[in-house]
Amino acid sequence: MNITKMLDEDRLTIRLTGRLDTNTAPELEEELKKDLPDITDLVLDFDELVYISSAGLRVILSTQKIMKKQGNMVIENVNDLIMEIFEATGFVDILTINN
Amino acid sequence: MQKITVPAKIENLDKVLNFVNKQLSSVDYNMKARLQLELSVEEAYINISKYAYESEVGKVEICCTMEEDPLQIKIRFIDSGIPYNPLENEDPDIYLGTEEKMLGGLGIFLIKKNVNNIGYEYQNGKNILTIQKKLND
Repeated sequence: MNITKMLDEDRLTIRLTGRLDTNTAPELEEELKKDLPDITDLVLDFDELVYISSAGLRVILSTQKIMKKQGNMVIENVNDLIMEIFEATGFVDILTINN
Repeated sequence: MQKITVPAKIENLDKVLNFVNKQLSSVDYNMKARLQLELSVEEAYINISKYAYESEVGKVEICCTMEEDPLQIKIRFIDSGIPYNPLENEDPDIYLGTEEKMLGGLGIFLIKKNVNNIGYEYQNGKNILTIQKKLND
């Protein structure tokens, strides 16, 4: 998985490429730990993310919990498969998704 | 029927996925079905790796059978860890809000949502989890 970050004052956009799964979720978690403290706006761009498993959902949930306290989180460009997973698991109700 | 046996460790996930994907290499599958299958395999395998064996590293055997009409794959996960039926528990409450959202049971829930058939039995000291998925729906 590739992680590309763009910081614009206190708005951070993270673009993920590939898969957010058991192998790659810890990497995203580590990156977010470093970046989140100063951020009020987080955008996760899923345009090139093709796959997510429960490991990825865990990181998304814990990030959502943090951002809810300090600002906003939006997920953009979610593909059909990942959208179905968000819907089936109820994540669609707790995330802000812009497609 | 093809099978592999691996130590039930998280770092063997790719080996397991490669093995399953190899079974699909000569069939005309739907890409979304393949990703859903990979998700189900990941969730099943990771659960076994994390929970089946307490202190020692046990093994898990993965058996794949392909069927042609309808095009589908049957995968059995066999371990000799703690007897555990993952289908016994209730599904997680997916309607909880962010703060209350619990993630216990999410793996098996995702498997159920992404396969056509799921079954469990305990036989001769082994947990046997079977999933079945159509590949060109």
